[in-house]
Order: sequence, then structure tokens, then C-alpha cells
Amino acid sequence: MKKVKVFITLKESVLDPQGQAVKESLHNMDYKNVNDVRIGKYIELEIEDSANLHQQIEELCDKMLANTVIENYRYEVLEEVQS
Amino acid sequence: MKAAVIVFPGSNCDQDMFYAIKEGLGEEVEYVWHTETSLDGFDAVLIPGGFSYGDYLRSGAIARFANIMPAVIQAAKEGKPVLGVCNGFQILLEAGLLPGAMLRNRDLKFICETVPLKVVNPNTQFTSEYKQDEIIQIPIAHGEGNYYCNEETLAELKANNQIVFTYDSQNPNGSLADIAGIVNKEGNVLGMMPHPERAADLVLGNDDGLKLFQSILKHWRDYHAAYTS
Repeated sequence: MKKVKVFITLKESVLDPQGQAVKESLHNMDYKNVNDVRIGKYIELEIEDSANLHQQIEELCDKMLANTVIENYRYEVLEEVQS
Repeated sequence: MKAAVIVFPGSNCDQDMFYAIKEGLGEEVEYVWHTETSLDGFDAVLIPGGFSYGDYLRSGAIARFANIMPAVIQAAKEGKPVLGVCNGFQILLEAGLLPGAMLRNRDLKFICETVPLKVVNPNTQFTSEYKQDEIIQIPIAHGEGNYYCNEETLAELKANNQIVFTYDSQNPNGSLADIAGIVNKEGNVLGMMPHPERAADLVLGNDDGLKLFQSILKHWRDYHAAYTS
């Protein structure tokens, strides 16, 4: 069993109003050195290992976990986890 | 004409949609639960608003893989009218039946109010009863109606006259090019954020949305008459 961490973020070309609101708030709290805030999603999967694991992860990200019209994703595969 | 109203767990405008067809048009209509796999015998497919699957992951992302969806995609390919309103629009985008995606509203608020829309393309099977640039009052109720697509897609939408409704005077959600509703290239799939089914009876003070359903019926009758004669 592998643990997979999937990180989903809005594309650079897409305005992130949530991130903008958080950035404004951080500035109001005097963290003026925060130049940008982008909010995304973090998803953990536990998947049975297979020869085409990477292909499978990319497929399910493209099909469902991310909407590639507006989002990018990257993932990390961690070593065996106890099932 | 016999219309199907697709019902997902979390749909909440299904009864209004049903009412618009049954009482507004006096035509046949049935609810179709998301676990069904066939839409045989239906002439039109209506995907109502709401919060299918609680909007988990993204609006429409899970509904898009419901058992009924291959039949919806099949109906669209056969040229049957497919209308998605609000969450229905989001589902059509996720399913790839329409181009683009929805972002959260510009001001991050859920907006529930009646807004003026401009009918920028009355030459579709959903809008033939409206006049060019007619201004109609239709309610919106959404948190993610900020339509987005890339520049090439926008150019294509414009070139093919696929933009059907735009927000007039004031854009409530920040949508690209003031887009409120678009059709596919073939013109038989319409997605729109505003709710025509909530403005389809004067008892509720507004029937500006009724002409949309009358347009669908008119097209069906014209097509059906041509087909059977």
C-alpha cells in the first residue's frame, strides 16, 4: 500500500479571490512582507501498489481530483504504509 | 414533448424545473434519479440547480460521474436539448459538454437576487421566443458562478455566437465577459447560472423565464413536425 499526497492549486492565470482576501488580512495584521497567497487543496490517497501506479494517479487527478481548466496538481508517492 | 428532470442527492431546484414543464408548458415531465442509466423516450433533459453531493471537491465534480451521466452525454450527442441551470451548468462544465470552468464569486459571497440579463443570442433552440438584446429579469443564487475559460476558448465562444446570456449593467460574480449562459457549438446544450425555472409563473411575480421553456417546446414541435411529415 502506498500513500499518495496530492496538492492542487489554482493556475497562475486564474485569480484566487480567497487568497487575495487572506493576503489583505495578513497585511492588516502587519505581515507586510507576504507578497502573495494562493489557496489550494491537499488530498491523501492510500493506493495498492501497481506497475502503472503513476499513470493511475495522473488519470484520476485529470479525471476527477483536479479540474485542469483552472487547476494544476502535483503529487508525492510515499513509501509503504501499514494497511 | 417529454422532459426528464435529473435528480441528484442535493438537487433542490428539481421541483421548480418540473413545475415549469408541467404547469408552464402543459407538457409531460418525469424525475429521473441519478442511479438510472437510460433516458430513452425523453425529448429533453433538464439538470436542475442545487448542491449535488454537497458540492464536495468542486461543484459538479462528483455528479459528473453519476450513473445517469453517460445517458445525458448520449442525449446531447443525439442532438436532444440539454439544459443545465446553476449546479446543472457546473455539472455540464465538469462533464466537458460545455467549455470552461466555474470559480468562486469575485467577492466570495453567495449571491441570491434577481438580476437583469441580456439575451445576446436569440437564435438558439432555447431562446427563439426572446428578441435580440432583450433585457429579462431572472434570479441568481450561487456561490460559484464566476465563469472562466482561457483566451482561445473565449475567442471561440464569441466567433461561434455561443454566448447566449450576459449580465446586464452590473456583473454580480466577476464572470469572464459578463457571461451568464453559453451553448455548445451544436447549439443543443445550454448552461446558465440564472434560474429561469424560478421565474416561470406570474403567481411568483415574474415569468420572464417561461419563454426559455416555450422556446424548447417550439423547437421540438417544429423539429418533430418536420421529422414526422
